[in-house]
Amino acid sequence: MSKVRTLILRAPGTNCDMETAFAFEKAGAETSLIHIGELIRREKMLGDYRIMSFPGGFTYGDDLGAGKVIANEISLKLGEDIALFIENGGLIIGICNGFQTLVKSGILPGPLSPNIRQSVTLTNNDSGKFECRWVYLAANSKSNCIFTKDIERLYLPVAHGEGKLVADAQVLDNLNIVLYYTDEDGNPTMNYPDNPNGSQKSIAGICDNTGHVFALMPHPERYIKGSQHPMWSREGSKKQGDGFKIFQNAVDWVKHL
Amino acid sequence: MHRIEVYFKEQLPDSAGQGLVKGIYDLGIDGISDVRVMEVYWLDAELEKQELKFICQRLLADPITQDYNFNGIINGKSEDGLYSIEVAYNAGVIDPVEETAMKAVQDLGIKNIRAIKTAKRYLIRGNLDKSDLDLICSRLLVNPIIQHTVGDNPVVFPESPRYSFSLKHVELPEDDDAELSCIGRRFGFSLNEIKAVASYFSGLGRNPVDVELETLAQTWSEHCVHKTFKGKINFNGTVIDNLLKNTIIKATGDLNKPWCLSVFKDNAGVIDFDGKWALCFKVETHNHPSAIEPYGGASTGVGGVVRDILGTGLGAKPIFNTDVFCFGDPDMPYEDVPEGVLHPRRMLKGVRAGVADYGNRLGIPTGNGAICFDNRYTANPLVYCGTVGIMPEEFSQMGNQKPGDLVVLAGGRTGRDGIHGVTFASEQLSKDSTRVSFSSVQIGNPIVEKKLIDTIIQARDRRLFTRITDCGGGGLSSAVGEMATETGVKIHLDRVPLKYTGLSYSEIWISESQERMIMAVPPENVEELLNLFAGENTEASVIGEFTDDKKLQLFYNDNQVCNIDMDFLHEGRPQLELRALWQKSSHTEPNSDQPDLAQSLLKILGSWNICSKEWVIRQYDHEVQGSSVLKPLVGKENDGPGDAAVIRPILDSNIGVIISNGINPKYSDIDPYWMAASAIDESLRQIIAVGGNLERVALLDNFCWGNTGKPERLGSLVRACQACHDISIAYGTPFISGKDSLNNEFEFHGNTIAIPDTLLISAISVMPNINKAVSMDFKKAGDLIYIVGTTYDELGGSEYFKSLGYIGNDVPQLRPEQAKRLMDNLSKATDKKLVKACHDLSEGGLGVAIAEMAFAGNLGATLILKEIPLCGSITRNDYILFSESNSRFLVEISPEDEAEFEKLMKGVICACIGEVTALDTLQVFGLNNDRILSIEIDTLKEAWQKPLKW
Repeated sequence: MSKVRTLILRAPGTNCDMETAFAFEKAGAETSLIHIGELIRREKMLGDYRIMSFPGGFTYGDDLGAGKVIANEISLKLGEDIALFIENGGLIIGICNGFQTLVKSGILPGPLSPNIRQSVTLTNNDSGKFECRWVYLAANSKSNCIFTKDIERLYLPVAHGEGKLVADAQVLDNLNIVLYYTDEDGNPTMNYPDNPNGSQKSIAGICDNTGHVFALMPHPERYIKGSQHPMWSREGSKKQGDGFKIFQNAVDWVKHL
Repeated sequence: MHRIEVYFKEQLPDSAGQGLVKGIYDLGIDGISDVRVMEVYWLDAELEKQELKFICQRLLADPITQDYNFNGIINGKSEDGLYSIEVAYNAGVIDPVEETAMKAVQDLGIKNIRAIKTAKRYLIRGNLDKSDLDLICSRLLVNPIIQHTVGDNPVVFPESPRYSFSLKHVELPEDDDAELSCIGRRFGFSLNEIKAVASYFSGLGRNPVDVELETLAQTWSEHCVHKTFKGKINFNGTVIDNLLKNTIIKATGDLNKPWCLSVFKDNAGVIDFDGKWALCFKVETHNHPSAIEPYGGASTGVGGVVRDILGTGLGAKPIFNTDVFCFGDPDMPYEDVPEGVLHPRRMLKGVRAGVADYGNRLGIPTGNGAICFDNRYTANPLVYCGTVGIMPEEFSQMGNQKPGDLVVLAGGRTGRDGIHGVTFASEQLSKDSTRVSFSSVQIGNPIVEKKLIDTIIQARDRRLFTRITDCGGGGLSSAVGEMATETGVKIHLDRVPLKYTGLSYSEIWISESQERMIMAVPPENVEELLNLFAGENTEASVIGEFTDDKKLQLFYNDNQVCNIDMDFLHEGRPQLELRALWQKSSHTEPNSDQPDLAQSLLKILGSWNICSKEWVIRQYDHEVQGSSVLKPLVGKENDGPGDAAVIRPILDSNIGVIISNGINPKYSDIDPYWMAASAIDESLRQIIAVGGNLERVALLDNFCWGNTGKPERLGSLVRACQACHDISIAYGTPFISGKDSLNNEFEFHGNTIAIPDTLLISAISVMPNINKAVSMDFKKAGDLIYIVGTTYDELGGSEYFKSLGYIGNDVPQLRPEQAKRLMDNLSKATDKKLVKACHDLSEGGLGVAIAEMAFAGNLGATLILKEIPLCGSITRNDYILFSESNSRFLVEISPEDEAEFEKLMKGVICACIGEVTALDTLQVFGLNNDRILSIEIDTLKEAWQKPLKW
């Protein structure tokens, strides 16, 4: 079977590209780190890949708002390519800054079209601080998201200053919510720090209606190995970290097409 | 020209504003109901309304959360109950946002914009008078070094200054000492040095050009050449010719470890990791810039040390940051803060933000650090920034350029930033420093540096350059001057890309603008290299070429402005001759009965030095790169104080790296020798505590001292260096790199305040198997608690004595032979997985260590003091509990492993002294078996967490 070609997008300030590539490789994908300029100049073609990943980081320093400048660049220069990529069944995952990029470019909640405007945002954490901490998550079992198939609960780190999801009530009601911040027992929560940013409806991750375009604020690529867990030295380390399944699901889905 | 304001919608919270409300309240000003912060953008362009709207909607304002307006000034004037303060950067200070905004506006298809400037407007609602407002401005909103409040008719886009070339010679009257000395001071030379310079130029038969003097002054500065450490020192009658070579470097030479790949010559020390990869480690100080502008100073400190790593060998990838700070007490009364000095609380907040913003943006985990507090640091805060890098071993050695190789400057543009930063860093601060040193402060642009890292690693792997170094202190002058020592070089200063016009040839050469690297590139590779940089949107320019004449030649538009011999530049400096004295000082011993132990323990846990630093740590991304194995916060609730950091740099390997630090300036008030020895011991204890061993540990030294021109101050430096030598040899742990920052003194009311003699020891170690790592939190009720090591009557300089208001005299000493044996045995026990938790005993001694282990594990503990191995005259329960004797550990062992553990520990001092319990209390039984302490774990934890819960 041919490898699942996965594009890890790089831009000035991207910084989680290597570990995201590692996670995909572990899950059996073949990854390429591609600079956004290479796509814009058509040196590399999005159509050659099956999965596209927007990794975490501080693209363009997050000046003018997290993910804003790259979102602008993407919707103006790569919008059509990405729309076609989704139409052709490609999978997209955005993590942290990638999530911010996907909502600010209008790719999420989607569907992407030339006149689409941003309807969801990720804004400053209620704490007013950058937060690097581990959080409990629950997956919405009703979501058709391919990435979270068979996942119920997760424990993953967040590291962001702008992770609070905000949208109008009507938009919120129609969101394909995939992940919630929960307390230790798995109940969605608005309490800090279990909900580290004050996100509306405790939303930690969403998906488009196809289930193919998924984004989340926590970092699944930082919990691939058991010893990345903060308490592994107390509780023993799992064979695989909770985040691994997300990448595995994506690669398996493409393999089984 | 257009003005745009962007702000959060009225009904939504403004977190920056809320932070300010808190900050204003902390100033003691009540009656503030709300603060809103507006982003202000000035566009130098003539745009249609539609275009402005488009820019606002698509780019500057978030459509969900923000509103905007343009060309109208909303709430322009302060009125009763609502005050408007607008703050902008001073001319020449560049906000990175401006560059990003230009790019983004151009992405939108709007090309005819000449420039963008940013500002911030604060709308403060409440009852305030003018003095309140002034206080808010000066203490929270404006740092005059880089910012100003904007008046009614601001000149937002001042005309760019012009520069017209004229060569400036300086006359050096060889026979007029007074005049020479005066000229020397202007450039930062001592009289001896300027005399050597005068005689050199008289030999050449001409007067020097100003830039030639600048170059020599920078190359010969303390910051660049460490002339005190290399000087001839008469120490209590014995002459030490080059302190560094005779102590620290000597120990490394004598130890001669084969895994030390490059020591004391490159930008960082390099050791072997696994035979394939090499690790490099460097810690820098950025004290003086941080003192006057904490945010910019600290962020450029991080940027600088990261470039050191990028410029080590043929370039290493930065993988870990460690940051250690020293400040005055954050609750210091404002009236005690010297004029011209920022309050410690603001200093801490600014430095923390600078380190976090820069390090987080670079995607380098910040996973280790420490903060020390002492009011003598108020005017001279210390900011240590350290970075670990990794590279394939084949790239671990410094490169060698050939004559004909081109000089390529890559990264940020050159501005007037940091002119004379190096000479500034080597001088004493005063209240006037804030006025005279404005050009020494820069705002970093971490994304430019991130792009440099990304691109240079690719260029390295393609072997496009033969040598690399960073532009740090001293700018091009230091970087190129040093790189070309063996060859010679010609540089065309007019080819250096500038941020703005108006710079003279001399300013271009000595500017310390951030985010720049220098490479030597063979001509046949230059096109590929420049293409690679262009593809990553990073500027790179050929500015000259290496020659074979061993001369430093500079040109500006074909005019030669500098022509000096490399030999004179690097060897012509007369050696410093200094006098050093040391004698032991004597302090009053406490003479009191034992105070209430519970209260003492709570007070020590809540002291600034010991309290939880979670507020700082959580704002650093310590998980990026996915490498963390033991995080800075550990335990049941992820909030206990971990000892050393353990990372796994190669995700598919089980080999780890341990990074730790040791610092305890309090001991230097008694004896800098034992202060230095204790700092080394502490850094090593932490490595042992997390499951490491002493097999492959390398050390870095970082000396921050007062004015070593004073014999007693230099004497204490000599003592500390001697300790570094002795302890390094005894433990078999070589130093691989180091740094010093001298002259940390401040004039205040006619008195000179010197910082405590401060030595930071940073340690790095290779851990063969990360699965053997141990965290410090208690794991299970019923487990046994052992103490390893002997407790002496050593409370001099301790936190306990400090809490009683004393220093004392019995400073913790070191018995390295016993200590090494003990650490080796303990390493064997952790390697056999017998140790379930381990914590080293440091500030606050046994009392603090056991409390931390208990609340980190959410378990209780019982402790029996009479079981503790003691030595000497220690007979008081409180002294046993709070002695800070070195080389001690608390270890948790499962009862079934008791026999095996005791067997392994045979021959070293070790005793079972208690038990982990399911109770929620810490119980301590004294020498007479009375219960002397019983206190709830939650109470201990709360006392420890409260001070820095900001």
